Amino acid sequence: MGSGHMRLELRGITKRFGSFTANDAIDLVVEPGQIHALLGENGAGKSTLMNVLYGLYQPDAGEVLLDGEPVTFDGPGAAMAAGIGMVHQHFMLVPVFTVAENVALGHEPTAGAGLLSLGEARRQVADVAARFGFHVDPDAMVEDLPVGVQQRVEIIKALSRDAKILILDEPTAVLTPQETDELIEIMRQLRDAGTSILFITHKLREVRAVADRITVIRRGKVVGTAEPTAPETELASLMVGRAVSLGVERTPAEPGDVVLRVESLTVRDAVGTAVVDGVDLDVRAGEIVAVAGVQGNGQTELAQAVLGLVHPTAGSLHLDGTDLTGLSVRDRLRAGLGFVPEDRSTDGVIADFSIQENLVLDLVDAPPYSRRGAIDRGRLRRNAEQRVVEFDVRTSSVDAHAGTLSGGNQQKVVLAREMSRPLRLLVASQPTRGLDVGSIEFVHQRIVRERDNGTAVVIVSTELDEVVALADRIAVMYRGRVVGVVPGGTDRDVLGLMMAGVPLDEAVAQTAAHHTTLGALDTAPPTQAAQPTQAAQPEEEGR
Amino acid sequence: MSLATPVTENAPAPDDAGRLRPTWRGPIAYAVIALVALLAMPLRTPDGSTRFRLSTETDFAQIPTFEVPAAPTVWVLVLLAVALAALAAWWTRQGRRTGLWLPVVFGVALLLAFLTFVGAGRSAVIPLTSVATGTLFLATPLIFGALSGVVCERVGIVNIAIEGQLLAGAFIAAVVGSLTASAYMGLVAAPVAGALVGMLLVFFAVRYHVNQIIVGVVLNVLVVGLTSFLFSTVLAEDPGTWNQRQALPVLPIPVLSQIPVIGPILFRQTLLVYLMYVIVVALQVYLFRSRWGLRLRAVGEHPKAADTVGIDVNRTRVRNTILGSAIAGLGGAFFTVASGLAFGKEMTGGRGFIALAAMILGRWSPKGAVAAALLFGFADNLRTVLGTIGSSVPPQLLLMTPYIVTILAVAGFAGRVRAPAAEGIPYVK
Repeated sequence: MGSGHMRLELRGITKRFGSFTANDAIDLVVEPGQIHALLGENGAGKSTLMNVLYGLYQPDAGEVLLDGEPVTFDGPGAAMAAGIGMVHQHFMLVPVFTVAENVALGHEPTAGAGLLSLGEARRQVADVAARFGFHVDPDAMVEDLPVGVQQRVEIIKALSRDAKILILDEPTAVLTPQETDELIEIMRQLRDAGTSILFITHKLREVRAVADRITVIRRGKVVGTAEPTAPETELASLMVGRAVSLGVERTPAEPGDVVLRVESLTVRDAVGTAVVDGVDLDVRAGEIVAVAGVQGNGQTELAQAVLGLVHPTAGSLHLDGTDLTGLSVRDRLRAGLGFVPEDRSTDGVIADFSIQENLVLDLVDAPPYSRRGAIDRGRLRRNAEQRVVEFDVRTSSVDAHAGTLSGGNQQKVVLAREMSRPLRLLVASQPTRGLDVGSIEFVHQRIVRERDNGTAVVIVSTELDEVVALADRIAVMYRGRVVGVVPGGTDRDVLGLMMAGVPLDEAVAQTAAHHTTLGALDTAPPTQAAQPTQAAQPEEEGR
Repeated sequence: MSLATPVTENAPAPDDAGRLRPTWRGPIAYAVIALVALLAMPLRTPDGSTRFRLSTETDFAQIPTFEVPAAPTVWVLVLLAVALAALAAWWTRQGRRTGLWLPVVFGVALLLAFLTFVGAGRSAVIPLTSVATGTLFLATPLIFGALSGVVCERVGIVNIAIEGQLLAGAFIAAVVGSLTASAYMGLVAAPVAGALVGMLLVFFAVRYHVNQIIVGVVLNVLVVGLTSFLFSTVLAEDPGTWNQRQALPVLPIPVLSQIPVIGPILFRQTLLVYLMYVIVVALQVYLFRSRWGLRLRAVGEHPKAADTVGIDVNRTRVRNTILGSAIAGLGGAFFTVASGLAFGKEMTGGRGFIALAAMILGRWSPKGAVAAALLFGFADNLRTVLGTIGSSVPPQLLLMTPYIVTILAVAGFAGRVRAPAAEGIPYVK
């Protein structure tokens, strides 16, 4: 276990979906005991390649070689049997099973008559955990474990099946910086024990921290390989295909009056758990306040409460001094609220409506877009043609369905719609999730411009890079509470600890004592004053 | 489908989140029920005593008919229920979860209190043994149906077609029993009928991703229509050949059947009931402690996770749904050969749906389903008992209570009721 060394080679892997080539003659070699990073933007074909490697897709051309022997996998079972283990981005763990049951699933030790030998399963977990110095309770219920520990369970699951090559698919998307640091430590230990690791990511700083070798893919093709010592800018331009600026240009904020006042706001979910728990927050005109936190700590519900999609059980919301709590969503929009939802494809646009219709969803019920119940088609079209140019929406026609657009262009449609009203407050949830670098730059610029026009802006983001790039102030949420509100330039390690619920002063003290691997990168290269933004794209991919 | 449910929890702090702790709804429900019982029964119990009979003539030892002073007994039993409600509240406060025994003891105490209450001051003897026997008898199809539901839903397929499977089982058991002049052949044929209905269910649900509830409802209608049609044409033409009554003999188990009280209740039964015991125990053990059960539950909770460790999700679903449907079909034999009756139109009378309720009340576990089915069976049986002892309590009122209990349970008053996460969702790669 783990001591077996294996060399993985991909030769000319090609995978097509209809006329679209997701992987185009990809060559890749992972040497034994090497951490090989596969770097690429969302949609570059990383996931497809993984699924080919894991037996979920059959390649149209090319072959996979293990120790020089060509192999074909008809399913994950076969890939696993050959020594390939995969840690999925969305964990493949049964929440209501224990750690031992999850690890055992699929290759259960039995004690005769088909009955499980849970003692044996526990011992397997303990064995692997002990060998790599993890601490995991085999009898813990997976749903009760923190995300970082769940990921460790996934790794144990792979190792307990004698995985010699471990594929980690965007493993840091759901982790705090401290958890990421622990993961990096684990990856190094595994490598030193001879396990090969294929590390899939779009985050440059992580790649540079941990990889021995880097392969960059773009639009389904390998566009280059690099050493981890290569500068971030070089990796970024290789990944994106052009020179990119590594930051958002913005002047210091000039905050005005308080626009949004949130007072002891509490939102409960269906079970009665307080998902937003007594939150106080002021947002002033002309400033960007980022609500940071690991996914699922109440940020989504906070944003929804501001718009009126969920009803708070306690507390109040004021926009320019007007109490919002009794107002309908429409009234709030009329009061100058703009909202960019977290999941643009389901909540931001109506996929089966055309672009021009999507652009006026909020205004179509009143003049000038409709009169006496009839829609003015000509005006809709003129509006759309203008917006499409203004917001750089790449489409063949304004009659195209929103569902046919790429994520970046859909997001531009959402922004164009929300910003076509005079805004007092803009709430944007995960505004750049899953977008390509070009779109991210654009979205960030528009948000900053909106701020400069005097709008109060709230960004909800789980991406620290984005938070650091945009925020004038940062409110960190943990378990429904605001742990603290800190200035925009705060050290990312401090933010990371706060995201795990550590209070500000304690977080500062801990950070002073020990920097994380990634955090230390910040201080190392003095060349980059601005934070890179292109790492600010996240987990969701291709759904 | 690929929603990452695990992402919601970050670091579990015991004082926080509320999600892992038992809710207050359970204790509140117990308290309300206990309070109602307290107001309704002890003070209004007539003077005198209640007479119970426990043994039957053939037991080893005869327990004489005994009398209990009605009012004190009712007081003790109701106060026990009140104490249990308080204990549930105390445990909830401590963050402990109550086991299955608590609702069971709570229920039994109140049921005994009720029997004492209605029998107070009357000359009639309450035959506890036959109350229990009747309960088990009426619960039998519900137990089979609920177990079928447990297997199917645990693997991720909603089986609304239990009613149809029971009816198909009843029909085929009667016809095969009649043709072969053997009740046992009918018993063998019944699960096959259920399995056939199950095959139709998975064919549409797994192969074509049709909404499982719709398929189930349609199958129920289909089976009702088909059996009624055949009944009024073929069976009614020549009942002597096609629909001759056949009865499974009662097989008293030597020694065991002579144990006082439980012997006659549990061990003077037909083969069908003995099979039921075996299935209940086997499912309870194998669902939670075997490789088969682990895989089955994984497929019902997180099919993609099961797929990535090499488990064929859809094959698992197909096989186990057919297995579950066969269990329901076997239960259908209760209505005909096990009861010694000929087939009659729509003779299952909606018990398949009640079985579903029992499955939910039993929290998708075999033993819970059995407990719930027994409760429903008892309520059903009360009508007869109340008639025997000449009570004035309207039986319809009591017949309603189990369903009110079920609705409360589904609304979350009986602790955390959580269906398998992937139930009803077709698995598409």
